[in-house]
Amino acid sequence: MREIIARYPQKRSALLPMLHLVQSVEGYVSPEGIEVCAELLDITPAEVAAVATFYTMFKRRPVGDYHVGVCTNTLCAVMGGDAIFAALKEHLGVGNDETTPDGKITLEHVECNAACDYAPVVMVNWEFFDNMTPEKARQLVDDLRAGVEVQSTRGARLCTWREAERVLAGFPDGRADEGPSAGEASLAGLRVAAERGWFAPTEGNGTAPEMTTRPTTPAEATRTAEQADTTRAADESRVAEAGIGAADQDDTDRDDSRGGKEQG
Amino acid sequence: MTNPPLTPVLTANWGQKTSWTLPAYLDQGGYRALYTAVTMDPDEIVNLVKESGLRGRGGAGFPTGMKWGFLPPPGDKPRYLVVNADESEPGTCKDIPLMMASPHTLVEGVIISAYAIRARQAFIYVRGEVLHVIRRLQQAVREAYEAGYLGRNILGTGFDLDVVVHAGAGAYICGEETALLDSLEGRRGQPRLRPPFPAVAGLYASPTVINNVESIASVPGIVKRGAEWFSSMGTEKSKGHVIYSLSGHVRRPGQYEGPLGITLRELLDLAGGIRPGHELKFWTPGGSSTPMLTKEHLDVPLDYEGMMSVGSMLGTRALQIFDDTTCVVRAVLRWTEFYKHESCGKCTPCREGTWWLVQILQRLERGEGSEDDLELLLDLCDNIGGRSFCALADGAIAPIKSSIQHFRDEYIQHFENGGCPFDPMAATLFASSEASAGAAV
Repeated sequence: MREIIARYPQKRSALLPMLHLVQSVEGYVSPEGIEVCAELLDITPAEVAAVATFYTMFKRRPVGDYHVGVCTNTLCAVMGGDAIFAALKEHLGVGNDETTPDGKITLEHVECNAACDYAPVVMVNWEFFDNMTPEKARQLVDDLRAGVEVQSTRGARLCTWREAERVLAGFPDGRADEGPSAGEASLAGLRVAAERGWFAPTEGNGTAPEMTTRPTTPAEATRTAEQADTTRAADESRVAEAGIGAADQDDTDRDDSRGGKEQG
Repeated sequence: MTNPPLTPVLTANWGQKTSWTLPAYLDQGGYRALYTAVTMDPDEIVNLVKESGLRGRGGAGFPTGMKWGFLPPPGDKPRYLVVNADESEPGTCKDIPLMMASPHTLVEGVIISAYAIRARQAFIYVRGEVLHVIRRLQQAVREAYEAGYLGRNILGTGFDLDVVVHAGAGAYICGEETALLDSLEGRRGQPRLRPPFPAVAGLYASPTVINNVESIASVPGIVKRGAEWFSSMGTEKSKGHVIYSLSGHVRRPGQYEGPLGITLRELLDLAGGIRPGHELKFWTPGGSSTPMLTKEHLDVPLDYEGMMSVGSMLGTRALQIFDDTTCVVRAVLRWTEFYKHESCGKCTPCREGTWWLVQILQRLERGEGSEDDLELLLDLCDNIGGRSFCALADGAIAPIKSSIQHFRDEYIQHFENGGCPFDPMAATLFASSEASAGAAV
């Protein structure tokens, strides 16, 4: 909690990430969690509760291992979101914002999640499941309940809802390199442009001559360690040995990079 | 316009393997604009952005350079740069794929923009409901620190900058810039009365610039290639490249980056047209808050002026396409329910008004309304519009007023029919795949 507070010029700014962290531990915004936030931020529990109840991602009842959010805003609803939500309610035997008795799945309909070109969309622990159908959605929740490892369409292998909340609080889980750069729809225009040989104007009257080679980063210039290369994503362990470990804590890295520049 | 209909700039590297990593971004020419920027005087960059004609890509279209220019002269208070990455306007889906595929484009834009406005602290306020995007942003910021592009004495210039990736918690209203600031201060996200504007008293009552992701991400290209390069794309008053997001009943929905001022007819053509066997019924030019248009408007340029000329707005270029299987009353009711749910409750006309709008629309959709209800709806809209702190309520009435304007008969059909005449299954993606499979045979 104190680590979160230290990120901000004024400590109350830490409240939203702190509440995400509370959820990662408690499974919801618990009365104890509210007390702790209030105490650390020198505000009243009522002020914390007032904030917590404003935001839909903060839950007042425990959430299951997998939060399944079906987009039923207009476009997704029309494209099949309503049918998917109805199918899941029936299949799971729960209503909106309810959790299955085994504690695995909390079902909720959600608002537009900025993936309309993949409609209809289902979110599981805030990871995208694109172009869903009622059948695919039933299979998805069955897999989740059976403990089968599931990968998001454009994201990582699913973690639990609590683990996801920890990332939202600002503590990376090392899964950023999983999944593709983009889904097919994100690349639709790019594909057409490539087929037809269309480009943005290549050069303008740039304000300075453009560098033709890839710049050496300041950190690279001051390090004797090998230059990071494009295999980084595929070979984290070797990169970690070179001193830019992906698993290091944020603060450690910042200090490291500052130190490097001062030497230069 | 001499440029082709598609001009990928921001989207150009999205197809590259591991495009989200620093090494891949550097190989694609990344961070070169930063090296150029730090050789310039900050004011020079502000002027460059002004000259480029870049206008805010988050919906309002306010000139970005002018927004930066509103900051008071440097004083005792720190300045802040806040990126609005709270993409939530229904239909809008451009910033999320950008940050997923190329978070460094945004980070480089943040560094240059912060340098230009002399801010030493920046925040990326990203909606909380996009876990993997947040992971990639966190990693990109960490990589930028490690590389020496963030932190102290950046590129030996004496310029210091810290960036915090801040996850929201589910509130559409936080996309409104002053609500976003309240949220970032750890409060309920409710809009503030203006003036004072954020440029004067924003985050922590300090001078603050708030820009959309796509606006900030456009800055490195302008620095690298010049204002003239940028303004060579687009129309006279609407300059540059933008991402158009096509969704709904089109054959190839997705992101299409081109100059401002192309038309929906051109875009639909590139996207393979409306799904087979159907025709366009209505569409939104830039999210649900922009009044809907019909096939009559297929040839109106998608720029700020073009959309204004037909009573709508360019918004976020979120082109939601609905074909003839879609019930307009159902669509409008669902949007209205969204606005009711997302009203922050601060202003009475919005809080109470959106609730009443839903009641009346539900009655109409059930086929229990009357023509008087349409007049009542329009009267309510007049009493809601322009009477709140922010534009949420104005957005709420946009689909209602425009749908009654274009589809009054369909509302009447509902109560003449005693219910909705449409089959919702016919509008779904799965119906479409079955239909096209059938057509192919």
